[in-house]
Amino acid sequence: MIRSFLEWLGTTPWSVGLLESLWVWPLLESTHVLSITLFVGTAMMMDLRLMGATFGGVRASDFTSRLLPWTRGGFVVMVVTGLLVFYSNPVRYYNNVFFRVKILLMVIAGLNVWLFHSGIHKRIAEWDHEASPPRAVRLAGAVSIVAWMLIVISGRLIAYNWFDCELQPQPGWVNWASGCVLAAE
Amino acid sequence: MLLPFFEWCEATMLGRTIRESLWMFPILESIHLVGLCILGGALLVVDLRLLGVGLKDSTIAELDRQARPWLLLAVAVLLSTGVLLFLSEAIKCYYNTAFWVKITTLPFAILFTLAIKERFARTAVYTSAYSRWVGTVDLLLWFVVAAGGRWIGFS
Repeated sequence: MIRSFLEWLGTTPWSVGLLESLWVWPLLESTHVLSITLFVGTAMMMDLRLMGATFGGVRASDFTSRLLPWTRGGFVVMVVTGLLVFYSNPVRYYNNVFFRVKILLMVIAGLNVWLFHSGIHKRIAEWDHEASPPRAVRLAGAVSIVAWMLIVISGRLIAYNWFDCELQPQPGWVNWASGCVLAAE
Repeated sequence: MLLPFFEWCEATMLGRTIRESLWMFPILESIHLVGLCILGGALLVVDLRLLGVGLKDSTIAELDRQARPWLLLAVAVLLSTGVLLFLSEAIKCYYNTAFWVKITTLPFAILFTLAIKERFARTAVYTSAYSRWVGTVDLLLWFVVAAGGRWIGFS
């Protein structure tokens, strides 16, 4: 069902136009990368602070309040451009195993943020000034930084899909992981 | 005039090995991008502060001191992976306008960051007209380097 919806999505005029555009697609992709630099870059600095690795003299809440608007701004641009890139070729991304890994990692990163905010972040006043915050905080920072590094890497690898559904034969588990729909033999 | 040098680069053992490998170029490129993110973070924390926004409760010098190791780490990762990527496709780069935009801006960006910005930020406390100028120029230079770099792959 998802697949047939995406197949239809890929035939809409704007999707076709995006994919075939000489300038818009590269500009979208470049904006995506530069907004990643803004979002992941500032998020990583925040993660490093939470991990107690650096910025010990700066309150943790400075990162989660004063720097956050910039991180958030980067996030919005990154998501919008990312969705548009996806929209330009939906089925192709849907069946790309690196894209799937990336989405999975983003879910993990999202859950991590949610757990952090509903848990230890509520008591930030207690550890705000500590150069090395409590273990739960350091763990949240570490999960985030590792997740985002892997998201950047898997995102870049989407363009080099060695496991493309059209490159057969592939091992069964690869086709399963990519969700390939194979022509009946 | 420079073409023989680019041809020599492309013919190096390293260049050949990376070019002929299925996964080396993509993996190097991915690490290059992770380096770019660290660079972005380390630059932005200080540059935004120079512009008078972001982590305003800390002094410029304090942020700069803490960000510097990450900045240097990022530059080291970017340069080492960047050289390897270049070696594997030097001739393509030679005929690529985006590459030339990037590679001619890069020394200015590095020099500006290490010589002008670092020297100033090391002891600066508050935002001033000069600090705003330094932050703006630093961000612009690196923007051109990063955008030019991304564009190499499109042309």
